[in-house]
Amino acid sequence: MSSTFDQVANIIAETCDIPRDTITPESHAIDDLGIDSLDFLDIAFAIDKAFGIKMPLEKWTQEVNDGKATTEQYFVLKNLAARIDELVAAKTASPGA
Amino acid sequence: MQLDYFQLIDRIVDLNLDEKTIRVEAQVPEHHTIFEGHFPGFPIMPGVLLTEAMAQSSGWLLLGVMKFERMPFLAMVKQAKMRGFVSPGQLLTIDAKIEHEGSGFAVTSAKARVGTDLKCSADLTFRHIPFPDPKLRVHMDAMANKIGFPAQAMTP
Repeated sequence: MSSTFDQVANIIAETCDIPRDTITPESHAIDDLGIDSLDFLDIAFAIDKAFGIKMPLEKWTQEVNDGKATTEQYFVLKNLAARIDELVAAKTASPGA
Repeated sequence: MQLDYFQLIDRIVDLNLDEKTIRVEAQVPEHHTIFEGHFPGFPIMPGVLLTEAMAQSSGWLLLGVMKFERMPFLAMVKQAKMRGFVSPGQLLTIDAKIEHEGSGFAVTSAKARVGTDLKCSADLTFRHIPFPDPKLRVHMDAMANKIGFPAQAMTP
């Protein structure tokens, strides 16, 4: 079973036509890979479906806009993978939620 | 349809918020200047307007699901397929379904038919945000009444 990062990287490569070997855990989706907000909607759709979650993009964006979080916390891919793992774990802990 | 005002949907036929589906009807006008250019001697509905009709159908569905608290805006069109000609005077029946509800966005699929003939289909992505202006909310309320949007689906 591939890691969360690998699955996310594969989704990004396929969705945004970015060579897979240029996507690393340290890549920043916006600053390094040049993914814009519209492409990120596509990625979010694919991630939501692949992991059975609903990534709270609006909450994350609000936190960044309010200065309570940095884009690195959510958009550096190793961190994004960790957030996804947390969402999956939370869903597993309360499957009705 | 009131093409001059980009109002493509005439009436809601069925809205099922549990199934997250909608069926609407849209009457293509017999006469309009669009058909003089598109095309002389062979008038047909432009594909972009058919796509817009599918988007508006999906939009009404999303408005219902979100209880008119947020406004959807078309962001992405995928798999748009114009499968057959739609002529002046034909009645379109459009079905839309929510495929995914994300955070601040939603994905729908839509199909438009004339009778039983499938004329076009598309997968559509919308961003949605709180109503950016009270005037828009008032306008959407008025439009909802006009096209027979179920009143009970308009309030939280």
